[in-house]
Amino acid sequence: MSAAALAPDVQARPRLSLRGITRAYPGVVANDRIDLDVLPGEIHAVLGENGAGKSTLMKIIYGIVKPDAGTMQWEGEAVRIASPAQARRLGLAMVFQHFSLFETLTVAENISLALDAAEAGPGLPAKIRDVSRRYGLTLDPARLVHAMSIGERQRVEIVRCLLQAPRVLIMDEPTSVLTPQAVLRLFDTLRQLADEGCSILYISHKLDEIRALCHRATVLRAGRVTGECDPRRETTATLARMMIGAELPHPRHRPPVAGAPALVIDGLDLRSDDPFGTTLRSISLTVCAGEIVGIAGVSGNGQRELLTALSGERRVARRDAIVLCGTAAGRLGAAQRRSLGLAFVPEERLGRGAVPEMSLAENALLTARHRGLVWHGLIRADAARSRAAEIIASWSVKAAGPGAAARSLSGGNLQKFIVGREILQGPRVLIAAQPTWGVDVGASAQIRQALIDLRDAGVAVLVVSEELEELIEICDRLAVIAQGQLSPARPVVETNAEELGLLMAGSAAMPEPTAARGRA
Amino acid sequence: MDTFAQLVILTFAAGTPLVFAALGELVVEKAGVLNLGVEGMMLTGAVASFIVTADTHSPWLGVGAGALGGAALSLVFAVLALTLLANQVATGLALSLFGVGLSAFVGRGYISVVIEGIKPLSIPGLSDAAIVGRLLFGHNPMVYLSLALFVAVQWFLHRTRSGLLLRAVGESPASAHAIGHRVIALRYAAVLFGGACAGLGGAYMAVAYTPSWTEGMTAGRGWIALALVVFATWKPWRVLAGAYLFGGVTLAQFQAQAAGVAIPSQLLAMLPYVATVVVLAIISRDATTIRLNAPASLGKPFHPE
Repeated sequence: MSAAALAPDVQARPRLSLRGITRAYPGVVANDRIDLDVLPGEIHAVLGENGAGKSTLMKIIYGIVKPDAGTMQWEGEAVRIASPAQARRLGLAMVFQHFSLFETLTVAENISLALDAAEAGPGLPAKIRDVSRRYGLTLDPARLVHAMSIGERQRVEIVRCLLQAPRVLIMDEPTSVLTPQAVLRLFDTLRQLADEGCSILYISHKLDEIRALCHRATVLRAGRVTGECDPRRETTATLARMMIGAELPHPRHRPPVAGAPALVIDGLDLRSDDPFGTTLRSISLTVCAGEIVGIAGVSGNGQRELLTALSGERRVARRDAIVLCGTAAGRLGAAQRRSLGLAFVPEERLGRGAVPEMSLAENALLTARHRGLVWHGLIRADAARSRAAEIIASWSVKAAGPGAAARSLSGGNLQKFIVGREILQGPRVLIAAQPTWGVDVGASAQIRQALIDLRDAGVAVLVVSEELEELIEICDRLAVIAQGQLSPARPVVETNAEELGLLMAGSAAMPEPTAARGRA
Repeated sequence: MDTFAQLVILTFAAGTPLVFAALGELVVEKAGVLNLGVEGMMLTGAVASFIVTADTHSPWLGVGAGALGGAALSLVFAVLALTLLANQVATGLALSLFGVGLSAFVGRGYISVVIEGIKPLSIPGLSDAAIVGRLLFGHNPMVYLSLALFVAVQWFLHRTRSGLLLRAVGESPASAHAIGHRVIALRYAAVLFGGACAGLGGAYMAVAYTPSWTEGMTAGRGWIALALVVFATWKPWRVLAGAYLFGGVTLAQFQAQAAGVAIPSQLLAMLPYVATVVVLAIISRDATTIRLNAPASLGKPFHPE
């Protein structure tokens, strides 16, 4: 009850104050009359699902997007922030979800570009080392960014912001790219900053993190503020109710009944065709019929390379490095692998999972050529339309109909359509990359449940995801990919987030597949 | 060894139009803009410099006019492609065709006019002394200008903050904008610089290399300059090497034609273009070099929200 329980002084004048901020895009009001107050030295969460309008709001505050209506006050003075440069002059800094770093430049060069010419002099590397030591963010100013891991890049972004001595720091989904251990270190840094008087706007949809870190939370749903609370006094369930208007859905599980191996990867080596990519080194994994195997890992550790090798977009040197339903498939192309019973849900929905300009019916046709939709090379338009309509109906996809262009669908709806299309193939092996990335909670739950149902129907399912919680929730066994190497898959019940986090960081020694560990 | 010195000087002379045009285009592309109008800008520069030289009898005034002419044409490109967000490829191609036509039209009355061009240096006691003296002091003054441009571009890109910003904008204009830089203004400056350099290349041809005006006198050098920038993987010193390779082969095929080699002259005339592209294509195969030096946003329009 006492105000002292709240770390920052609630009576203090807000450092940043928004009133009635509104921004509409064609077809959607991203921000609808948003009010927000940020006090000095507080860690203020902006909580909401994907698409709730969090990122738009932050872009408005940072001057990247102009609001249609509403006012802003900075330290009690009315301001209009017209550009990021002006935002930075006021004392706002932002760490972007998709980083704003220049890959071909060094850390010091990247940071110097964000500072005034006067501050970016020859003393900069020393300043960088200074700040990174003070906040425990180890950095080498001379390294090129493209060679750094995602977590290291985030450190560059943070140090770059800190050198500007910001009074409000905006962090947009900062933990989505970090291992559990790195998240804890980040929290320490943020708490230290808040203690020094810096306000932090913390954008996230992860309820546990917000409860552990933030002093106050503003909850957004569909562009509107639906609540304001002290997250430390809330439960995950009450926060979820504010965020999605319902309880967090949990999928139903049945004990696994693993059958025969359906997908066997055996000692797969593959040089990346991208010089900044990751080379795969002796990857081995077996996925049996009737089980879900997950591959966890921070993105950029070889997931992309592994997935292109599995989907058949890249062929591998050895035929039997990939065995699909008993057939050595290493040299087969994507179409041949699909005819063996493989279905694939890629990470990029637009451009790889679906052709953006084409209708849903045409997109349904693209991976279903041999299933009655084509007659002697001619498209059977009716069949394609009814197939698309079937997917739309059974997945309650929000779309204008089978004729709607794929690009007109929201991320969640398009993903449901793609997953539905692949499942309708009646696959024996389904590979899904980031199946719920950027998908709202309801659709995520639906997709996860579908994967579990598929498993129960005897399909071998492989899920590659950065969302550790999701993997732990749906998978039977989990492996971790780090620096192009895959750890042995272990039953989920025998492992935990900390152990997996260490593997993700590549710091824990990969356990040898054979028990021969020398003298000990 | 007098012929050797002569050959080197002629090689440099033949490569210099490419040095000007390609270095300018390199800066433009490093900022993430693809201006395919180099040929048109070179010809505009050539005709502007020739007319001013013929009318004022000052070739250096002509060179200035050439740079301005190229820059003026590039301004048209900048307005269309940067402000109005027109497709850069289409706009650049149109600009080339426009420049070819415009220069032919403006230069109608000057086709057989004779001018006093810029002569090679002749410093008594140095330029005519030993072979070293000739190699160091026997070039056309504009060749020295092009070398100075090379040093300046190299220094600007890798030693100055503005050069760093230019490279950053070429890689990710959205990021540069997000940290508060003026992407469009910087791209305007780069495009104008590139236009001026292309104009200088044309001016060099019209008032120094072969002081005269003929329609389409750059003979596709603008296109070779474009190829040169790509195959040189956006590195100034490779542009320089490629330009002199082109110059050397040009010279060799002239010699072969003069010596009456039994190869159709049309085939010989193709040689410099083919040789330059082939050699540079071979040395630029390294994917890492390309990824590190290629401006990632090349040719993509950027609109700050």
